[in-house]
Amino acid sequence: MPIIHRWLAAVAAGAGLALAVSAAGQDKAMEEIQKYRQMLQDGNPAELMEMNGETLWTMPRGANGATLEQCDLGLGPGKLDGAYAQLPRFFADTGKVQDAESRLVTCMTALQGLSLEEATRNWHRPGSDIEALVTLVATRSKGAKIDVPARHPHEAEMVAVGQEVFFRRSGPLDFSCATCHSQDDKRIRLQDLPNLTTVQGAQASMSQWPAYRVSQSAVWTMERRLIDCMRQMRFPDADYLSEAVIALQMYMQKNASGATLEAPGIKR
Amino acid sequence: MANPMKIRAKADGDVVEVKVLMSHIMETGQRKNQAGEPIPAHFIQMVSVTCKGRTVLSAQWGPAVSANPFLSFKFNGGHKGDKVKVTWVDNKGDSRSDEIVIA
Repeated sequence: MPIIHRWLAAVAAGAGLALAVSAAGQDKAMEEIQKYRQMLQDGNPAELMEMNGETLWTMPRGANGATLEQCDLGLGPGKLDGAYAQLPRFFADTGKVQDAESRLVTCMTALQGLSLEEATRNWHRPGSDIEALVTLVATRSKGAKIDVPARHPHEAEMVAVGQEVFFRRSGPLDFSCATCHSQDDKRIRLQDLPNLTTVQGAQASMSQWPAYRVSQSAVWTMERRLIDCMRQMRFPDADYLSEAVIALQMYMQKNASGATLEAPGIKR
Repeated sequence: MANPMKIRAKADGDVVEVKVLMSHIMETGQRKNQAGEPIPAHFIQMVSVTCKGRTVLSAQWGPAVSANPFLSFKFNGGHKGDKVKVTWVDNKGDSRSDEIVIA
């Protein structure tokens, strides 16, 4: 082959290689991130919040000087194991569908006599009581199957409301949850976007919450995450413990049922 | 005293694997608060691990170590039933020690 042809062939081969590398480069980045996440599984700082949660669970507090040991999270007073995996659910004593956070606040106010302000203090900041208690409750359901059948009429209603909220476009950007979370294989920069409308997507996602957010040095509860999603969509602030946020959880947990809860997870 | 650490120690023959999760803010000193003022540095500077009076690990840490540090290492010469003691000291002079029995 003449020298010039050999040179052209070498350049073409080199360019082909370069193209292949750049496409593979993105997948390689995802692989490395997966490896990093695997490494983080050991020594999840959420265990420190769990320890704090255990202290709070058995500490007499509030006007009634009571502990949380009689708190009913759906499986009976004081029954922690597996309770988180079945939330949200309907509670006859309050007549409402409640998630883990609102139920813990019910126990803190009704059993212990703490005020609503004391119970929810700093819910959006690291180191709060609610962060520690939710981490404790979720850890006690680790390995259990998410089981939210939504048979009770109020539960079924909340699933429908949650679905409505999920698909409703609003705010100055005209976003809905579905804008980012209703298609497969999408991402924002290097953050994969789960398709929360499918069983697979919901299962992969909901099994990891609550999760320790490395960037925040804190465990984020599901409500914290959902309310932050709303901030990211530039929606008006949702109230903590509001029905809209509980309804969204109801919709997603019903889709996620059957998945094994791996919480607390660990994330960026 | 500062928040407790979570320590696990497992023996496999002569080799002991120790995993420690420490509760510490590890503030680098580079971050600024809302008012624009630097938040003072507050991080663990020294870590030492002993077993039966013998130092098995000694570390000098700096602000590059993340908040709530996780330390995992192996050492020789420990056995099931021995005690492992982990101590840290930070740049403000605060310290914490916790002990565990090797499983």
